[in-house]
Amino acid sequence: MTTTLTINGTSHTVDLPEDVPLLWVLRDEIGLTGTKFGCGVAACGACTVHIDGEAVRSCQVGLGDVWGEVTTIEGHGTPDAMSAVQEAWVRHQVAQCGYCQSGQIMQAAALLQEISNPTDADIDDAMAGNLCRCGTYPRIRAAIKDAAKVMGGA
Amino acid sequence: MSRVGKITRRTLLVASAAVAGGVAFGVYQARRELPNPLRPAEGQTSLNPYLIIDQSGVTIITPRAEMGQGIHTTLAAMVAEELDVAWDSVKVMHGPGDQAYFNGAIMGLAMPFRDYAETDFQTRLKVSSAVMAKMMGLQVTGGSTSTIDGYEKMRMAGATARETLKMAAANQLGAGVDTLETRAGHVIAADGTMLSYADLAPEAALLDTPRSLELRDPSTWRYLGQSMPRKDQSAKATGTAEFGADVRLPGMKFAAIRINPNLGAPVESYDDTDARKMAGVEEIIPFDNGVAVVATNTWLAMKATDAVQITWAPAPYPPSTKELLTVIEAGFESKPNSTLRDDGDVETVLAEATEKVTAAYSVPWLAHATMEPMNATALYTGDALTIWSGNQAPLITRDKCAEAVGLDKDAVEVITPFLGGGFGRRGEFDFSRYAALVAKAVPGTPIKVTWSREEDMRHDFYRPAALARFEGVVEEGQIKALSGAVSAPSVTRQSSLRLAGFAPPGPDKGHVEGAFDQPYGIPNFRYQGHFADLEVPIGFWRSVGNSYNAFFMESFIDEMAHAAARDPLEFRKELAAREHEPSAMLLQKVKEMSDWTGQTGPDTGRGVALTYSFGTPVAEIIEVRDEDGAIRVTNAWIACDVGRALDPEIIRAQMSSGLIYGLSAAIWGEITFENGQVVQENFPDYDAMRINTCPEIAVEIRETNTHMGGVGEPGLPPAAPALANAVFDLTGTRPRELPLSKNFSFVS
Repeated sequence: MTTTLTINGTSHTVDLPEDVPLLWVLRDEIGLTGTKFGCGVAACGACTVHIDGEAVRSCQVGLGDVWGEVTTIEGHGTPDAMSAVQEAWVRHQVAQCGYCQSGQIMQAAALLQEISNPTDADIDDAMAGNLCRCGTYPRIRAAIKDAAKVMGGA
Repeated sequence: MSRVGKITRRTLLVASAAVAGGVAFGVYQARRELPNPLRPAEGQTSLNPYLIIDQSGVTIITPRAEMGQGIHTTLAAMVAEELDVAWDSVKVMHGPGDQAYFNGAIMGLAMPFRDYAETDFQTRLKVSSAVMAKMMGLQVTGGSTSTIDGYEKMRMAGATARETLKMAAANQLGAGVDTLETRAGHVIAADGTMLSYADLAPEAALLDTPRSLELRDPSTWRYLGQSMPRKDQSAKATGTAEFGADVRLPGMKFAAIRINPNLGAPVESYDDTDARKMAGVEEIIPFDNGVAVVATNTWLAMKATDAVQITWAPAPYPPSTKELLTVIEAGFESKPNSTLRDDGDVETVLAEATEKVTAAYSVPWLAHATMEPMNATALYTGDALTIWSGNQAPLITRDKCAEAVGLDKDAVEVITPFLGGGFGRRGEFDFSRYAALVAKAVPGTPIKVTWSREEDMRHDFYRPAALARFEGVVEEGQIKALSGAVSAPSVTRQSSLRLAGFAPPGPDKGHVEGAFDQPYGIPNFRYQGHFADLEVPIGFWRSVGNSYNAFFMESFIDEMAHAAARDPLEFRKELAAREHEPSAMLLQKVKEMSDWTGQTGPDTGRGVALTYSFGTPVAEIIEVRDEDGAIRVTNAWIACDVGRALDPEIIRAQMSSGLIYGLSAAIWGEITFENGQVVQENFPDYDAMRINTCPEIAVEIRETNTHMGGVGEPGLPPAAPALANAVFDLTGTRPRELPLSKNFSFVS
């Protein structure tokens, strides 16, 4: 059975069972490996993507249930054309191993869309679901605040 | 004979045992330059194993695993500093697995010395262990050794290349080498003529390298000593960094595995009738202790592994945490493996004491829980095997995979992409070996084997549980005697047998590090290590023995300070000042950073700890607050002395990272066993610190120690005791068991 999805502005038709999570459609079928597998149970946030601008855990959304346009880290910005959030991440040298950072950035980008000048409490609420075993949290916080400033919210 | 003499003899035994294990060498071999493993493509030139020059710029081979610690950046900066190339033009790559990339500092870690009080003779022994590492081809990332090992050889690689390029320019221009300068990838003549490295490299490659060279004085450095823009940031912020899990090859298939949860035991029987009928399933491949499913999609493969009916053979160890701890408790009755600290006469002082301070501590098994679950990709073609694997030991990986598929090791190539966290877990070869075995069953097809989080957490090489017993005597506000002992399975012993095929005899330093080797002047001071070996798989977990001994030691020092009615920071400072001034100064530093007064309000607690590990002493103060009956960790102050700071921002990042990893374990980390199987499966039951529970952290770096130390691990060991001491200050109850959340309520 085939399903058609719009991912990063491009239409893709895939032939996979409808219960295959979006995460594994992106990674194995489409080849967009920037979205990471961390836990499979929505406990780490490494697989965060946007569906119609909303941050969701792609490991929990079946292919048949994707309700809108999907944006992954690759669609959010590229090395030659980074988003303000990605630029802040580089400025603050946030990443250590970097495996969780795609999800952190997609979550932070959604937060800044909703709240242009987030407080520490807003950041805690929005980002607590994104685990980082290297412990880059202090720099994630600083980068979000910096990105907010650049984007004109603060 | 002196104690040092005895230790030395045992140390040399380590060396000869390795030779008996199959590695023999002569001096001529040890001194010989190893051949350059790089095979440059058309238009590229390699002047030594660390450099490829082509028209697009310079690629520096940084042959250590980049697992977040920033090592590719610092190693590249060492080469670039001497080579005179613009930082923006420098590319980095891990490069092939090869003997040329041996880690000359790694074996020195096993030498049973106190780093802070190392004698010249001990230093020479440590340096000579590099020969061993070279001959054994120990290309290993671990033990916080990469900058220490690379410090001379990477700068030398840059300097040698620079001077050879100048020689080539001198030939072309007919000018004297000493009239030439180098800048931004060019040799510049006195008259302003500029020749690019790219154009000079082919001729330079034909010249003999200069016989003697002087490395630049640190006062002239432009890159080293500065916080350099990391080479991995843009890729990691845009999802374009390739981790092992991201490897993609034409025609690739995706596999998942289930391994016997009774660790180390085989499969008795299996039935794959249902699994074979499932969507996307192409192959079901049994191996010694598990079953793999190859499918068109990783998730379909994972689902099908769950549908395979498997009868597992039982675990070869006692089945529950309680029974396992009984074995470790009994270890105290065995003859100690080591007594690496035995100052004064502990026995007599304890026997004559009328009052003693005693305490017993315990810590649990821990998983590494890297963010990227274990995985590897393999392509087997009948006469060759290629493995893509985020690993910390490419040559061990190569040899073990070659053995698994029955190929000569020269027929196996290991490619090391980025590691989504290592912490010691990726020094193992199990995940690579499984991929090789699965690929062998499907020749010609590249197979990526990805573990589910549940498989990852339940098949780790865990930090072992450990128990400690302490006795001490306090007199007139001072420690008169301190006697400690640890009982735990030996990580060194089990991993050496697994990775190298032999277990070094003699005292196991890793078992007691973080206690025996601490820079405290105590007149009567003994620390002993008892082995309590079990078949539960254990391995190197960030900071290894320091991760538990530092908790024991620094908790007991706090108990002694309390018994002596002394300020715990001043008490430690006095002990450290007798042995190692830089360590004492770190306590002074964190005191100033935190405005430590020794007094805290009723809702606040503060604790301090000092640990010297991997060549770097680190002092930490942690502050906690009572928040409606739950404990919140609010602040942490860290002061470290790295001897020489090569990249201050990376050092700060690593110190914070070590602290947070240590706090996660101290508050929540615990692996338990029931019916021979690990109970915890995923982050909901093995959680870690998150952004909302992370304290504010301040880091200060000092550079007064006599030699350069590591940074990846030393931030971790003081975290647990500093927190436990803060919890004591807040609650009046002394924590003696980790994780703390078993007995105290924390904000989550």
